[in-house]
Amino acid sequence: MQVLEAVNVNLVTGAWVKVGAVEDIVDGVGVCALIGGQQVAVFRLPGGGQYYAIDNHDPFSEANVLSRGLVGNIKGQPVVASPIYKQHFNLQTGQCLEDESVRLETFAVRVKEGIVQIESK
Amino acid sequence: MKKETLVVIGNGMVGQNFLEALLVRDTAQRYDIIVFGEESRPAYDRVHLSEFFTGKSAADLALATPDFFIRSGITLYAGNRVTFIDRQNKLIHSEHNDVIGYDKLVIATGSYPFVPPVPGHDRERCYVYRTIDDLISIAESGRNARIGAVIGGGLLGLEAANALRNLGLQTHVVEFAPRLMAIQIDDSGGAMLRRKIEVLGVHVHTSKNTTAITDGNGCYHKLTFADGEDLETDLIVFSAGIRPRDDLARECKLEVGQRGGIVINNQCQTSDPTVYAIGECALWNNQIFGLVAPGYRMAETAADHLTGREAAFMVADMSTKLKLLGVDVGSIGDAHGKTPGARACSYFDETNEVYKKIVVSADGKRLLGSVLIGDTSDYGSLLQYYLNGMVVPEHPDTLILPQRDAPVGLGVDTLPASAQICSCNNVSKANLLAALDGGAHTLVDLKRCTKASTTCGGCTVLVGQILNKELEKRGITVNRDLCEHFPYTRQDLYLLVRTERIKTFSDLIARHGRGLGCDICKPAVASILASCWNEYVLREQHAPLQDTNDHFLANMQKDGTYSIVPRVPGGEITPEKLIVLGQVAIKFGLYTKITGAQRVDLFGARVDQLPLIWRELVAAGFESGHAYAKALRTVKSCVGSTWCRYGVQDSVAMAIRLENRYKGLRAPHKLKMAVSGCTRECAEAQSKDVGVIATDKGWNLYVCGNGGMKPRHADLFAADLDDATLIRYIDRFFMFYIRTADRLQRTASWMDNLEGGLDYLKQVIIEDRLGICAELEQELAAVVGSYACEWQQTLNDPARLRQFRHFVNSSRKDNNVLFVSERDQVRPATAEEKRRLVRTA
Ligand code: SRM
Ligand SMILES: Cc1cc2nc3c(=O)[nH]c(=O)nc-3n(C[C@H](O)[C@H](O)[C@H](O)COP(=O)(O)OP(=O)(O)OC[C@H]3O[C@@H](n4cnc5c(N)ncnc54)[C@H](O)[C@@H]3O)c2cc1C
Ligand code: SF4
Ligand code: FES
Repeated sequence: MQVLEAVNVNLVTGAWVKVGAVEDIVDGVGVCALIGGQQVAVFRLPGGGQYYAIDNHDPFSEANVLSRGLVGNIKGQPVVASPIYKQHFNLQTGQCLEDESVRLETFAVRVKEGIVQIESK
Repeated sequence: MKKETLVVIGNGMVGQNFLEALLVRDTAQRYDIIVFGEESRPAYDRVHLSEFFTGKSAADLALATPDFFIRSGITLYAGNRVTFIDRQNKLIHSEHNDVIGYDKLVIATGSYPFVPPVPGHDRERCYVYRTIDDLISIAESGRNARIGAVIGGGLLGLEAANALRNLGLQTHVVEFAPRLMAIQIDDSGGAMLRRKIEVLGVHVHTSKNTTAITDGNGCYHKLTFADGEDLETDLIVFSAGIRPRDDLARECKLEVGQRGGIVINNQCQTSDPTVYAIGECALWNNQIFGLVAPGYRMAETAADHLTGREAAFMVADMSTKLKLLGVDVGSIGDAHGKTPGARACSYFDETNEVYKKIVVSADGKRLLGSVLIGDTSDYGSLLQYYLNGMVVPEHPDTLILPQRDAPVGLGVDTLPASAQICSCNNVSKANLLAALDGGAHTLVDLKRCTKASTTCGGCTVLVGQILNKELEKRGITVNRDLCEHFPYTRQDLYLLVRTERIKTFSDLIARHGRGLGCDICKPAVASILASCWNEYVLREQHAPLQDTNDHFLANMQKDGTYSIVPRVPGGEITPEKLIVLGQVAIKFGLYTKITGAQRVDLFGARVDQLPLIWRELVAAGFESGHAYAKALRTVKSCVGSTWCRYGVQDSVAMAIRLENRYKGLRAPHKLKMAVSGCTRECAEAQSKDVGVIATDKGWNLYVCGNGGMKPRHADLFAADLDDATLIRYIDRFFMFYIRTADRLQRTASWMDNLEGGLDYLKQVIIEDRLGICAELEQELAAVVGSYACEWQQTLNDPARLRQFRHFVNSSRKDNNVLFVSERDQVRPATAEEKRRLVRTA
């Protein structure tokens, strides 16, 4: 399958889009990728090397900031905390820990030949 | 049923305590309550009256909440003295011609300071020391005085002397008896106290009988003594004892004692059963009580009786523990050993100026009394032996001999449940245990529930010990773990990091924690690491720990943009630099505002603009202001002696010096300071973590003030310091706070929860009781020595700069950041405005 460089076009669902090289991402520090006009927060957890991708839009503050939240784990779940009002979101499922009715979109991530990629929706 | 009218005369400490006691008991709402108070303000804490001079306001001293009277439906006539009681018709008359009928009457008029009828006692600039208004007059008079004299060397006289000293006056104490505090302490104790007080620069004159007060030559007054000597002074405070205010009772023919005082029975009724008397105006068993604790017991007794309960007033304990002019003094029970057969045993340490004496019964089994000077750490346990009649150890002297190895004191476990722990508020161990059972598991909760240790504070240490012991016994581990990743408190982690010289989060969590960490422990550990080792906070190992503010060295705003606050030490800024701020704001389209802390905030910067903006600011000589960090924020200053006609020191220079010293110091929470050039306090130093106020001799240091949700006035920590001592104390204070505070605990709540409170803090920082001051100073010096501007470091680090962009894979900007214009500047668009802007785009 073709890997797209273009980031702000209408993408076909299922296309893998380049985020950056593995070295562009620091363990435990999020980055924000533009995937076909959508903002996606991408994290690699400390130690484990596990990647997660989640909607960058914080529904509580209406700001695009989740990539700048602190990551970690709470009760066994990998989470990111919003830097604005501190709600936690499960990185795997997008579920908000403080508000059952809020669940964010998550994205598939893979690494291919040293490039981190996200599947468009 | 028709309600009865209950009139209370006097709204002082005991009168107020009575109202509260009655409200609790009068569940049937049997009474309509009307209170007359001569003073203009509702009841306040007279015991802590002197703190009015060290920063407490009248509101701080108030005993009840401002809405107490409204909420409880009690009518208060303040500033309205009762002038006559008409017992035949059951009416009272007031100075404002109110006439009110009563069914029951409670007299709680307290006492008045006795002024000896020396010729000249009624001259101007002669004061007494009883009310807030008295203190206001003394303070005003003190402004244009150099010398002050207190007549009377008892407990209150020494307290008044301390106040004069705090006002910056040369202070004299004139005592009729041959020693100070003749009632509470013995000759040896009095002599030790005198020496200690004289060291503080207070002049003590004993065996002096004042015979006349006349015009002075150099001063306003001249005191002439019976021995022919004299003393010149600008103002006089009389503190020669108190007399019960029984005039109303006398006039309406209630029985009064030979030497004054309204006679009451065990139910606190006067000779007229519908009239009660409580507090300092009452005479029980031929005794007057000049302390709050017995007054509170009377208040409860009267409230019980008025609501149909059995109650009898019992002789109350008159023990006292005080700090007089910085000297610890304690007196328990029969301090003079007057009980037949009593045997005394004393300990006299001239090196450390400590004097302790105990008086035991003839059989050597019970403690009858004690005097403590210079060290009252044994007071709590001695009082327990005394109050509860506990058998003393075989060698009672071990109770006062210094225990150099084991900690002193009796195990709180051995106290019976009936033991009275707080005598001011009559709280027994059983009461504390009940509150503990009810869920009060912190000192603050326990105080709130039981009122223990809320009056004189003499019992605080004991209450704390009982709390800890009981929690331990009940297996209640108050979970103070930082979070699920570290089974330690912040204080524990701090010590681990220090002692094991741990430099990174991953090392700490590997050795002492579990999991990956979270948004609680990561910033907390980052702060600890910074306080200890002060490495660049965005180093690779540290960057993932930082909150977004520390990570981008700016403050995130609601729309995801950032604000920028360059440091402006002391609030002093050149016009050139002001112009640079304006130019940068124009160039990058930033909103500008003067902050509440004397600097300028530039808002609305996108993350990618931050380095560009800072390049210009650093080039113009600005440094990071750390507005984003739990670190020193600002040192606010007033203009001080350079320009201001009242200034006595250069407050701006000191503020700049302090700000440059402590900038970059990271702490459990933010730190704020201020320096004022004189007591007018234009820099609001008393609302800061550390406040400095100039005096004509140096600087007064205040600590643990706070604005915020629950404002707290700072406490006076030390007076008249020179520059070097001031800085030394602040160094130690900051490092001790950093070592011992909880995460996100400002100095104010740290102090409120510190066992031993301000006195303890003084012992640690001024007297070096823990022997850690040298270490604290070194630790702080290491931080000062390794300071570097974080923005300058960041601009020199290309890898770091790459982090400052919104998208990792595009140079586009965040299309959700949209501004509109208001009052000629930008502001974030509202959601509605955004929708409109996007539509028209
Ligand atoms: C900008 C400023 C308001 C202004 O426009 O004047 C401000 C703004 C904020 N304050 Fe403040 N405070 C500002 C002066 C104050 C002051 C006044 C002062 O410092 O003299 C106080 C009261 C004094 C005090 O702290 O005791 C103050 C008490 C607070 C508190 C309550 C602290 C407390 O102990 O209860 C918070 C909340 C907190 O820290 O948890 C707070 C928190 C904040 C935060 C960080 C809230 C937030 O999380 O977004 C605001 C963002 C700052 C920013 O730049 O984006 N701010 N804040 C002031 C910056 C001063 C500066 O130059 O650094
Ligand atoms: C500086 C200072 C320090 C002290 N330190 C301590 C201490 O450490 N420990 C301790 O136990 N005690 C201490 N005391 C004593 C303590 O304050 C008193 O025991 C307590 O205030 C007595 O309460 P009270 O209600 O009887 O009298 P007060 O508090 O004096 O109240 C009486 C009130 O009645 C008012 N009043 C009088 N006549 C009338 C009238 N005709 N009509 C209307 N109102 C009237 C008065 O104006 C006053 O407001 C201290 C006192 C002072 C002044
Ligand atoms: S605090 Fe004193 S010196 Fe400073 S400006 Fe105010 S009046 Fe002047
Ligand atoms: S003994 Fe005074 S407050 Fe407890």
